[in-house]
Amino acid sequence: MSVDLPTVKKIAQLARIAMDDAEAAALLPELNNILGWVEQLGEVDVTGVEPMTAVIPNTLRLRDDVVDADPLTGGGVRERVLANAPAPEHGFFGVPKVIE
Amino acid sequence: MSASDNNALTDLTVTEIRDGVADGSFTAREVAEGFNAAVAAAKSLNAFIVETPEKALAAADAVDARRAKGEPLGLMGGVPIGMKDLFCTEGVQSTAASHILEGFVPPYESTVSAKLWAAGAGMLGKLNMDQFAMGSSNETSFFGNVISPWRRNDGGNTDLAPGGSSGGSSTAVSARIAPAATGTDTGGSIRQPAAFTGICGIKPTYGRCSRWGVVAFASSLDQAGPMARTVRDCAIMLEAMAGFDPKDATSLDEPVPHWEGALNGDLKGKRIGIPREYRMEGIDPEIDKSWEAGKAWLRDAGAEIVDISLPHTQYALPAYYIIAPAEASSNLARYDGVRYGLRDLPEGAGLQDMYAATRAAGFGPEVKRRIMIGTYVLSAGFYDAYYTQAQKVRALIARDFERAWEACDLILAPTAPSAAFGLGEKSDDPIAMYLNDVFAVPASLAGLPAMSVPAGLNGQGLPLGLQIIGKPLDEQGVLDAGLAIEQRAAFDARPQEWWT
Amino acid sequence: MSDYRIQGETGDWEVVIGLEVHAQIATKAKLFSGASTEFGAEPNTQVSLVDAAMPGMLPVPNRECVRQAVRTGMALGASINRYSRFDRKNYFYADLPQGYQISQLYHPIVGEGQITVSLDEKNPDAATKSIGVERIHIEQDAGKLMHDQHPTMSYVDLNRSGVALMEIVSKPDMASPAEAGAYVRKLRAILRYVGSCDGNMEQGSMRADVNVSVRKPGDELGTRTETKNVNSVRFVQAVIEQEAKRQVALIESGGTVVQETRLYDPDRNETRSMRSKEDAHDYRYFPDPDLLPLELDDAFLAECRESLPELPDAKQARYESVLGLTPYNAATLIADADTARWFEALMAEGARIQRKDEKEVATASANWLLGELYGALNRLGLSLADSPVSPERGAELIALVADGTISGSIAKQVFEIMLETGDPAGKIVEDKGLKQTSDTGAIEAVVAKVLADNEDKVAQYRDGKEALFGFFVGQTMKAMQGKANPQVVNEILRKSL
Repeated sequence: MSVDLPTVKKIAQLARIAMDDAEAAALLPELNNILGWVEQLGEVDVTGVEPMTAVIPNTLRLRDDVVDADPLTGGGVRERVLANAPAPEHGFFGVPKVIE
Repeated sequence: MSASDNNALTDLTVTEIRDGVADGSFTAREVAEGFNAAVAAAKSLNAFIVETPEKALAAADAVDARRAKGEPLGLMGGVPIGMKDLFCTEGVQSTAASHILEGFVPPYESTVSAKLWAAGAGMLGKLNMDQFAMGSSNETSFFGNVISPWRRNDGGNTDLAPGGSSGGSSTAVSARIAPAATGTDTGGSIRQPAAFTGICGIKPTYGRCSRWGVVAFASSLDQAGPMARTVRDCAIMLEAMAGFDPKDATSLDEPVPHWEGALNGDLKGKRIGIPREYRMEGIDPEIDKSWEAGKAWLRDAGAEIVDISLPHTQYALPAYYIIAPAEASSNLARYDGVRYGLRDLPEGAGLQDMYAATRAAGFGPEVKRRIMIGTYVLSAGFYDAYYTQAQKVRALIARDFERAWEACDLILAPTAPSAAFGLGEKSDDPIAMYLNDVFAVPASLAGLPAMSVPAGLNGQGLPLGLQIIGKPLDEQGVLDAGLAIEQRAAFDARPQEWWT
Repeated sequence: MSDYRIQGETGDWEVVIGLEVHAQIATKAKLFSGASTEFGAEPNTQVSLVDAAMPGMLPVPNRECVRQAVRTGMALGASINRYSRFDRKNYFYADLPQGYQISQLYHPIVGEGQITVSLDEKNPDAATKSIGVERIHIEQDAGKLMHDQHPTMSYVDLNRSGVALMEIVSKPDMASPAEAGAYVRKLRAILRYVGSCDGNMEQGSMRADVNVSVRKPGDELGTRTETKNVNSVRFVQAVIEQEAKRQVALIESGGTVVQETRLYDPDRNETRSMRSKEDAHDYRYFPDPDLLPLELDDAFLAECRESLPELPDAKQARYESVLGLTPYNAATLIADADTARWFEALMAEGARIQRKDEKEVATASANWLLGELYGALNRLGLSLADSPVSPERGAELIALVADGTISGSIAKQVFEIMLETGDPAGKIVEDKGLKQTSDTGAIEAVVAKVLADNEDKVAQYRDGKEALFGFFVGQTMKAMQGKANPQVVNEILRKSL
């Protein structure tokens, strides 16, 4: 299955990567090359096979419902959370205004 | 040895440094100073993105102080290391070698790096790498290529690839500007660079090392691991890095064995499997020869060599190049210019335009390619054909290994299909680059522990590595076989210094 | 079948309604991080590195969130899926730091269930309808954006980001705004009973996405629209009505209904199409590789089941059949978990003080709560939770009437004083000497005087004007300052007249 230019632009939109026509056109054969190569997976007989869900057998461990039990995964760290923000505003993250 | 002989100090292995600091042969500070100087003199290799000599010294001083008080020094007491820039280090820029994280200073420390510092190691700096761990030659870094310290023996000065994605790590260790370095391995990114530069590197069982604080590439594949010059060094460092972390839901709740203490190169009773599908058509004859040598060495160590079949081997790479980009496309969605990292806000741009501009400006071409592939294979109408199919094939690959363990205890294979290539030689064709990982990817998909050890040099004087793959949680078996090879290969080649 | 129809130009139209209710799970910490879930904190003070989606962060699920979702499912009679999984829903928005929401698409934790609603909650004999529940799954809530703080910027607060939500998806079984309203109210009551969600729609801990389509009776299902984040029952009903009318008008004028997401504007009472938040809704769902499948064992499920309280329907049945309450009183008391709890405490204390079975004090307790207490609370603008009189104090007051210490009318006075002073009933009665007397001798004397003073009226009464009885009762009570036992007064008057 190969993609065309409109599809490349649609994917770029979905992935939020700005791309002009020239870039998309350059990417097109690269993507088709890779997609053509991975096509061979279709040859494999996967009857009765379940998709892998856990790499090494393990059970999902659940946490106790305790606030800020581990300082590394708890709240109350606004300074740290905002430390690298491009546009911190009075304790908020500033972003270009969105109209809903 | 003379304590003021810096060159001698930088020739030491992790084991030798640890023992020498512990018994007072030299101070940790002397070691740190030696390596700091070596790092500063080796800028032309471009192995480091950020150098942190003061941190190496501070850690060394702390170890020296503990020694003076008779307190324990830690598994890595006095050993300065390079930290791959994929690990978030508190207060020190962490970029994953990408422009989109340039200037990002994490307010937190990754679990693995925290464990290493707690074990007495010191940080020489943040090591260069392929951007977001995507690459096999360290040619996708925003901060420029890393150059392997190795040169072909043809007299030419072609810059060679150190392998990737942990190219800065492999370069630093093989150039002796760090005794050890952390790497991460998603589809061969520890093993292949180790093979290219003649050092040891081990990717442990999936879940052995915590992924908390490691910039995520492909969540079901990423694993941290040590890169150093000897098997023993790797055993020591892995012990310091591994362990259950409740902050990582995929972390294995298993005690960390004392791998170094139990190292044993006697392989009597072990069966070594040779997968026939790895012996691909057109295999490089020198690679084949080193593989044969490996078999002989292991036989000499007491092991029995058996033929095995891993029938779905040829589908491992394509499956990986669906699953890894798919997971990456989602993991990298958080790099959007809102909370940290680069923000590109063109005039009059709204929120979604800011995202698109930021990501276009911040991600390199290989990263974009993989995000595009990943987005596509997960998209409506293609999910079943690509992603689900790949996960089923992955299950079959894992099953191949499970069946193989009935006939053998460990598997021996080449690490990479060739020795190091020249920078720029393969960057035109992504698939040619991807094929570098043909031997490494299956063990990644199955989550198995796998190690590369140096086997010898090829005709051009470049290192070749051999790979040992083991059962889940059998790092000991893998290390032991690695040790057996190391003892017999007697690899003592080192790159001739040209970089200072 | 519901009678509700939209009258269009070409005839009558049926409405088909489905609701997706997002209910915040009432745990202390978030679904995948340890940050607090409390409402109203300063911006970004309840945000962990995990919630802010910093590089290298990983989710670890909160057991209590899982437990509450299971308990909720059990309360809806739903099948619990021992095996469920978390999936990533990928899209880009400023309130979604990871660039994906961790949800459950393919394997939700709870399967099919149902909720029985009354088609007229005020009428105990009204018909009921069973509304199907399709599934419940657990997912992360998003952060909040504010657009009015700055001329060119929106502000992002991630306090809410990562709070656990249950998404409760109904089947499209509702056919009118009334049915939808009843469903939301009943669901809210059940959630509060179970304790899995506080149901506070104003604060946003419970909100509804309203799916509406229209069709002519007998036709195939029409195209539906989804109006998101509706945060009151009244608005849910308004949305249904407005959206159904809009669709009918659109179709009848030759247009077609587009499947789209809309927002409700309460000021204009209309729904508007949303500017697309995410392109063509391609969410690229796939299993979250940071999380393993969730598997529940027998012990966990047994504990969930045993921990369930008596649920509204069962409680209502018990109030009627065992406690003998009227259907109206029963329905009113069980409508909210807190009210039922208050009532049961009142009743239990009453039974204790009076040394009787609960069913013997139930009716008096119910009447006092719904009559006297509610009347006072309404007057004072207070909720039951803020009642100045506790169930214990209320029970004491009721007991004093039951054992004849004071009359019903004196009790009302005592109650007023209780509200003002906070003193217990017994003390007030003592201090103010309000005990009623049943002393027949004293009452006979007063009655005799009343009759003597009103001979003309006595004659009229004896002639047949029975209504004057009340006059004599009043006069007697007045003369005794209300402290006569009314029953004894009645008996003596009857004998004397």
